[in-house]
Amino acid sequence: MTTDVITQEDVVIRFAGDSGDGMQITGSQFTETTAIVGNDLATFPDFPAEIRAPAGTRAGVSGFQIRFSSGDIFTPGDTPDVLVAMNPAALVVNYKDLKPGGIVIVNTDAFTEKDLAKAKMESSLLEDGTLSAFRVIKIDINTRVLQALEGSPLNKKDVLRCKNFYTLGLMYWLFSRPVEPTLEWLSAKFASKPDLIEANQMALRAGYNAGDIHEIFQGRFTVAPMADLPTGTYRNIMGNEALALGLATGADLADLKLFLGSYPITPATDILQYLAAMKSHGVVTAQMEDEIAGICTAIGASFTGKLGVTTTSGPGVALKSEAMGLAVMTELPLVIVNVQRAGPSTGMPTKVEQADLNQALYGRNSEAPIPVIACAAPSDAYDCAVEACRIAVEYMTPVMLLSDNYIANGAEPWRLPVVEELKPFKVSRHKDGETFHPYGRDERLVRPWATPGMPGLEHRIGGLEKEDLTGNVSYDPENHQKMVEQRLDKVMGIRKTIPTPQPTGAESGGVLVLGWGSTYGAIHTATARPEKPGQTVAHLHLRHIYPLPAGLEEIFARYDRILVPELNMGQLAKYLTSEYPQFRFETLNKVMGKPFKAAEIRIRVTKMLEEQS
Amino acid sequence: MNPAELKPRDFKSNQEVKWCPGCGDYAILNATQQTLAEIGIPRHQTVIVSGIGCSSRFPYYLDTYGFHSIHGRALAVATGVKTSNPDLSVWVATGDGDAMSIGGNHLIHTLRRNVDLNILMFNNEIYGLTKGQYSPTSPQGLKTKTSPFGSLDHPFHPIELALGAGATFVARTMDSQPKHMKKIMLAAAAHKGTSFVEIWQNCLIFNDGAFKNWTTKDMRDEHTIDLQPGQPMIYGTNGDKGMLMDCHGSQVVAPDKASIWDPSTPTPMPGFLMANLDRETDRPRAIGIFHDVEQETYDQAVNTQVQNVIDEKGEGSLKDLIYTPDTWTID
Ligand SMILES: Cc1ncc(C[n+]2csc(CCOP(=O)(O)OP(=O)(O)O)c2C)c(N)n1
Ligand code: SF4
Ligand SMILES: [Mg+2]
Repeated sequence: MTTDVITQEDVVIRFAGDSGDGMQITGSQFTETTAIVGNDLATFPDFPAEIRAPAGTRAGVSGFQIRFSSGDIFTPGDTPDVLVAMNPAALVVNYKDLKPGGIVIVNTDAFTEKDLAKAKMESSLLEDGTLSAFRVIKIDINTRVLQALEGSPLNKKDVLRCKNFYTLGLMYWLFSRPVEPTLEWLSAKFASKPDLIEANQMALRAGYNAGDIHEIFQGRFTVAPMADLPTGTYRNIMGNEALALGLATGADLADLKLFLGSYPITPATDILQYLAAMKSHGVVTAQMEDEIAGICTAIGASFTGKLGVTTTSGPGVALKSEAMGLAVMTELPLVIVNVQRAGPSTGMPTKVEQADLNQALYGRNSEAPIPVIACAAPSDAYDCAVEACRIAVEYMTPVMLLSDNYIANGAEPWRLPVVEELKPFKVSRHKDGETFHPYGRDERLVRPWATPGMPGLEHRIGGLEKEDLTGNVSYDPENHQKMVEQRLDKVMGIRKTIPTPQPTGAESGGVLVLGWGSTYGAIHTATARPEKPGQTVAHLHLRHIYPLPAGLEEIFARYDRILVPELNMGQLAKYLTSEYPQFRFETLNKVMGKPFKAAEIRIRVTKMLEEQS
Repeated sequence: MNPAELKPRDFKSNQEVKWCPGCGDYAILNATQQTLAEIGIPRHQTVIVSGIGCSSRFPYYLDTYGFHSIHGRALAVATGVKTSNPDLSVWVATGDGDAMSIGGNHLIHTLRRNVDLNILMFNNEIYGLTKGQYSPTSPQGLKTKTSPFGSLDHPFHPIELALGAGATFVARTMDSQPKHMKKIMLAAAAHKGTSFVEIWQNCLIFNDGAFKNWTTKDMRDEHTIDLQPGQPMIYGTNGDKGMLMDCHGSQVVAPDKASIWDPSTPTPMPGFLMANLDRETDRPRAIGIFHDVEQETYDQAVNTQVQNVIDEKGEGSLKDLIYTPDTWTID
């Protein structure tokens, strides 16, 4: 039997199920395969807040959205074309996001009275007409998996656990993807458990074949590989892994060993985990007793000549702030990574927000300037981590690197750097033969790094104010003024080494949409394809937030209005207002624990343009 | 470098020492300079790390590498230093407040990890630098500026705390006995692993005489017993008392019945028994070495693990790290 294959340019699928249903694995396998097929892609995993929310409840719903395309894409998509709902809770939580006319695939075996009750549904959405705007495809997945795995040595419960691979097989068929990469992955994953390999592989194949045999769908789709990807070697990467690789690369370019002092916290923990596995690269990781010990060990490591790094999320930064001041005073290289999460206090640890910008810029006692840079996307986390290391070692300063939940767990294809072409950093070491002043400074105001073990350079550093040149303790009023100014001027001098970012889109007029961090994709999508043709819209994105790059005034002046969308209450906009009081920065703020939809930005831009005309 | 060349004065920095005249810290500084000279590790291989407090001024007065960090965090900074370069001899100067209140968490975790550091904890049972508030070692009832009617807190017993946290070397000495201080510091330096040394230190301004029953010339022989490895447990002005330890605990006996002190038992129980003497008013307090056992150090373990992985997998290159098997190419 042959089925029509319809070519699509761009597809968004959301897999949703109970946290026990394996949706994250299903999604990431679909992602890996789609990367191999050669589509551009972006993903958005959405975990439940609780590790073990009661089964079948709305709180326990775990989702994974992937968008893939034959063209360039920058976000995981606003509205899914396909929703896979493994149970009633997953359906009720997600169906409203679906595109009108979209496909809903449901596991009817999970819609018993009991299941509906757990999801707090009075009647089944499948029956009451709620889903009439969609194409609902009902499949008795449990029954089919049990049939397919008849005779398996696994017990019934374990057999049913294979249903996510059945579903994955079905989706592979529907979107014309090969099953082989996942078959291989299963063999490697369960190498010591042949029964599990066989069962899951059979389920995957059964799902795939079901597409052919059972005429479940009216047609199948294909999304052609991206045509105009720049040449190079690619791999699929998640933000936290990219960031870890960037740190390792930065240490390498500085010819230093990396020392990470850290304490686990969502969503930053993966970075500690990735780096802990890099022992053969000489990386040392210390999981300390708390965040304070994490940063303090890293500072101690930097004192001895390593590249000290500490990774955490906002609550951890709060604990580290006193030690960050110590790093400012002692002028040692240090990278502090904040993978931001939503809300004050414990907030919503698994949700996205970019509300720690004020904390990064101002969250320390007294005058303690620390450069701040922010990643825009998973692959950009690599470049930003390298850049953070560069600034830290070239300028002998702590650097704050901001990422967030959305970048950390999102994936996209990453064009790998050509390692041989990466430029080494100039570490600010004390030079043999020169007189050593612990707080002497070069023309960039950078002090020399001399480390324990070097004969003749014994010196003392610490948190008390330092005397210029000697580094001795000093309470002298003029000296303090001078040191505060020097520390500030040194950091502001970094500006000379950072390029002015250029806007994309309209050269002038209309609206400039100005962003930072993970809103990059949504803003780019919104501005690259404005709501109405002919709209003059541009996008400018900031990687360096402190110090800001030079030349922004000239860019701002070219546009009629400037819009700053942020997943906070306007922190960048306020900061820019204080830096550039001559411009008006209009805000678009969202704090729902979710990323922007491109449409939300488009609508606002259109409104601004209409007001102009 | 030839150790014989190093003199205590080689370790004196050019900074003016700024403790109150008569403060016990001076004697500790002298003993440390003598100890460092005697050990003979070159100055550039020695690092002194401290937190904040009068005691934490220490690094400025020693001409070695030094790091005066922030309140409570000396041990975390020192752990980073030692783990990054195990060849360094790393000493930590800290106070009872620095190590046991704000830095209490780092203390217990450093001890359980057994990082090869020498911790000198200056115990004056008071916050000196902030001008006299009660500390976690102040006795209950102590009247200070923040406890005008007497402090209500139950104090920590530093030796018990260290033993309980799994310390591999625990000792006590006092500012008024320079020779004993030096002996203990040398033993601490010789120990591989965290050496925790409590030093009774007199703060004559805010808590004068806190230890006078045990530290003054006329009191100390009668009221303290020096725990010396391999020696009979004898004390008293005329050496006329002995300490017998058995399964029931400890008791005072004639000198010829005294037990031989052994701090190297795998269990810290003997050390605990001797630390518990502090809780009794009619018995001597113990000084000397409470516990001294060998265990792999954290700094060695960390670096050995890295080396083992390198030996097994080969030294990784940046390229291997980035170019994993799951890549694809577009030409
Ligand atoms: C974060 C922080 N909290 C409080 C202080 C104030 N402070 C400085 S030293 C100190 C107590 C010192 O007592 P101790 O550690 O016993 O040292 P001593 O001065 O007695 O030698 C306090 C509370 C500080 N410097 N930093
Ligand atoms: S206040 Fe006490 S501890 Fe501090 S220097 Fe003076 S005497 Fe010494
Ligand atoms: Mg004290």
